[in-house]
Amino acid sequence: MSLSTTQSTLPSGGEFQDDFLDRPGLADVAREVRPAPPRYRNEIGKYSIRRASNCASCGRCVEVCPYGVHVRPEGYRHVMRPFDYRCIGPDCAKTEHYCIEACPRQALSLDENPVFETLGDYRWTPDLLVGTWAMAETGRPAGPHLESEVGASGGGFDRLRFRFPESPVAGEIAQKGTVPFSALRREDISTRLLLNRRDDSREKIAIDVPWYGGGMSFGSTNIRALLGKARVAKAFNTFTCTGEGGYPERFVPYKDHVITQVATGLFGVREETIQRARIVEFKYAQGAKPGLGGHLLGDKNTPSVAAMRETVMGVSLFSPFPFHSVYSVEDHKKHLDWIAHVNPSALLSAKVSTPVDVDMVAVGVYYAGGHIVHLDGSYGGTGAAPNIAKKNIAMPIEYAIGRVHQFLEAEGIRDQVTVIASGGVRSPWDLAKAIALGADGCVIGTAELVALGCIRCGACESGRGCARGIATTDDELLELVSVEWCTQRLVNMYSAWRGMLVDILYRLGLDSVTALRGRTDLLYHLDYEDPK
Amino acid sequence: MPAKYAIHTKPAAPRVRPVGKLGIVDWREDCSSCHNCVKRGCIYGLYRDEADTLRDEIGYLDYIYQCKGCLSCVQNCTKNILTRVVNPEYRRLGDSYYTPDTILSTWFQAESGRIPVSGSGYGGPFSGPGFDSMWTDMSEIVRPTRDGIHGREYISTSVDIGRKLLHLTPVDGRLTVAPPPLTEVPFPVIFEVVPDRWRRGHVTAAVAAGAAEIGTLAIVPESEITADAAATRHIVPLLASGPSAAAGSRFSSPLVMVEDSPDVMALQASLKKTRPEQIVAIRVQATPAAAGRVVELVDAGAEVLHLVFDTHGLEATSAEAESAPRRHVRDVLRDVHGALVRHGTRDAVTLVASGGIALAEHVAKAIICGADLVAIDIPLLLAMECRLCGECARDEVCPIALEEMDEDFGIRRIVNLMGTWHQQLIEVLGAMGIREVRRLRGETGRSMFFEDLERETFGRLFGKRKNPGPQVT
Repeated sequence: MSLSTTQSTLPSGGEFQDDFLDRPGLADVAREVRPAPPRYRNEIGKYSIRRASNCASCGRCVEVCPYGVHVRPEGYRHVMRPFDYRCIGPDCAKTEHYCIEACPRQALSLDENPVFETLGDYRWTPDLLVGTWAMAETGRPAGPHLESEVGASGGGFDRLRFRFPESPVAGEIAQKGTVPFSALRREDISTRLLLNRRDDSREKIAIDVPWYGGGMSFGSTNIRALLGKARVAKAFNTFTCTGEGGYPERFVPYKDHVITQVATGLFGVREETIQRARIVEFKYAQGAKPGLGGHLLGDKNTPSVAAMRETVMGVSLFSPFPFHSVYSVEDHKKHLDWIAHVNPSALLSAKVSTPVDVDMVAVGVYYAGGHIVHLDGSYGGTGAAPNIAKKNIAMPIEYAIGRVHQFLEAEGIRDQVTVIASGGVRSPWDLAKAIALGADGCVIGTAELVALGCIRCGACESGRGCARGIATTDDELLELVSVEWCTQRLVNMYSAWRGMLVDILYRLGLDSVTALRGRTDLLYHLDYEDPK
Repeated sequence: MPAKYAIHTKPAAPRVRPVGKLGIVDWREDCSSCHNCVKRGCIYGLYRDEADTLRDEIGYLDYIYQCKGCLSCVQNCTKNILTRVVNPEYRRLGDSYYTPDTILSTWFQAESGRIPVSGSGYGGPFSGPGFDSMWTDMSEIVRPTRDGIHGREYISTSVDIGRKLLHLTPVDGRLTVAPPPLTEVPFPVIFEVVPDRWRRGHVTAAVAAGAAEIGTLAIVPESEITADAAATRHIVPLLASGPSAAAGSRFSSPLVMVEDSPDVMALQASLKKTRPEQIVAIRVQATPAAAGRVVELVDAGAEVLHLVFDTHGLEATSAEAESAPRRHVRDVLRDVHGALVRHGTRDAVTLVASGGIALAEHVAKAIICGADLVAIDIPLLLAMECRLCGECARDEVCPIALEEMDEDFGIRRIVNLMGTWHQQLIEVLGAMGIREVRRLRGETGRSMFFEDLERETFGRLFGKRKNPGPQVT
């Protein structure tokens, strides 16, 4: 096991200085999985292990447990307090490494952790949260004791399943243009995604994994978390996005992997920030609050945030809706033309929400010259939004993907535009289902924050912001995480995601993620009779 | 610029300690007295203020009500002796329709006068029964008047109550028919009769006065209206059965209400004869036969029809089909509205719906389904701190002593709640690109229904659905 024996492998905060630009090689990020232990003393898992006072420190539990629950550092006599969040629970009793029975003194006891059941919600269940934390720590999929494929929302991704062929060699599914299993090797499976499908002179950007990081603004989110996002984007040759809070100078070393977002508030949008980007994204709408502009409540508008946004400190910032320069598809075309001229090589992306006519909107994006249609479904994340908007406005992404995919196909333009889906993509399973429904790739946001320790308490919007140091601009709370720790957690999570995606493709007999697009025949829905 | 309608809110601290959702408890003995207690580090200062809270016994936004559940203390405790728990009292709040979340959200709004705003995405079920199986639409780029939170004062939430002429017929340049009387409320919510078991202390008075303060109407049984109250226009009398023709004339309200009956149109005619300028609203029980009855009444000249559902928004069963599943207000309204549209008389009548309107979003959704406005009751009682514990129905002691509530407190809380509902209605109207709520009525093109989306997307891929509704595990 390569698990750490202490929680100090990576510094958790405080060591990162603003002068980092001067440090040689800091901007180089390895795609290497390294242990990134949780930053809290008591990490939360599904189970709780207690060691009673009659423990003789014989070390038997250390010997039998392969999960790193019991650790005795070299040179020490006592066994450490159990890292019980790594425990797989009662199922372990079926194996030969069940510490409870192995203990000669019966000093160990196993219970369910009472905090676990209070975690999460219908969409992000306790299992999904804890499973994502495990991925971020280890770079591997979560253990079998956690349901990490679906949540409990009762619809959409949570009721869709893959139809894996029963036989790895033959079978109806494997015959539909897929690669024979005998010839398929996991290491040959491609997860590369081409973003520019238009026949134009702009760069043929391809990313190594079929997802990129969602826009989170400077002001809504800790700059260290944002830098972690930028660094992992560089490590995996993909992208992150500035959000609408401007383009901090600290992003410059990662500029080839940072999308400049142009949102309705136009905060920090300058010629140079458009010209340095390889992709420019127009945010027309956001899934969590379609029809509303961005919200940054006054408490989070600190001096540095205000300076970046060229506003007055402490004033709540409500971005307009919509772009007042855009009231028709022709206006939209002019809008994209503006950026196309300011930056003659950048790809153009339009982030839209999911109204009833989302398919027409997608065609409009293509017509106007867009390379990427980014659909943000109604259950997407946000730093602050009225609850009534989050729950009720626009359609969930699971519906929108298929509608857009089919409509673009019918229009004969499907292969000239890249469809990116977001708004509820929590795991590689959701990602693969979204692609099978018709998306080319996805944008993820909440999953990244969960990897950094987010518990979705929803208290990101005001006051000092996030108590866990993620969605905050408070000087003291910023210190709760470091750039290195954020980077490594995300590198680990991305690695785990990629591995799980490759595994799904392998089991489906597909040699690339592009071969999965639109393969609805590989899906079934638990609530449908499914005549196939 | 003319004055715009606004509901002015002001914080109103709870009288009794509210039931909070989350709390932190010590679940093990083993405190090491490390003198570095993580509770001191709570960024919300809840433990720091705990002593003050306890000293005052009842505090504004007290700590268990306010714990954000960030887990910082749980995860930092030296000995790992803290755990977060969901308050069992919270789990027992309300019922399947008025869920604990709905109740806490209503309390928050009634207390603070602020609309609930939060970070993170929506964490609820994908879909659900009733109003939870529809989404409002939004317009991507075309917007009549919307600029962030600015410009919203141009969105009108006024609705008319009364019968309207379908067309004008001038003869020699003069109208041949006098337009029927109309009254206007600035907000498409009126207050339903306070159910029997809550009619104690100042509850009814607070509801009526709250209606007056925000310019809407409160329906009150005729027998409970004092002479003074009868003189105010905000109290709509619900006339006792079999009223005399003069019954409505002692009330100043522009509207009187009667129960449906076989001879209700004759009753309406006699009331109109005494006071032609007074609008008569007829309460019709929502049943499977409601659409037919409504069309019939409108043809006979009904001005306002008030469809009454149970507290969960369900219709009553009919004698013929007692075992049939009861429809939700969402579906009955679409049925009734559609029947009137097909019959060509929808614009003649005002439709009010009551029962099952639990949240601000339900106002917009009921109107999309076909109502002109809604009437509410339970949310007003929740605003006055009711826990829906049902003790009063069992003749037990009310845990919040509702009968001792001060009238001003009740008014303040009701006004706060309605203020936030008004703001939330404007949020969704703005997102839909609709600048007046009148135009939202029956506008299903600005909404999406679960069954339609399922059929059009997954139905095309996977065939027939095995069950009608969302399956929440």
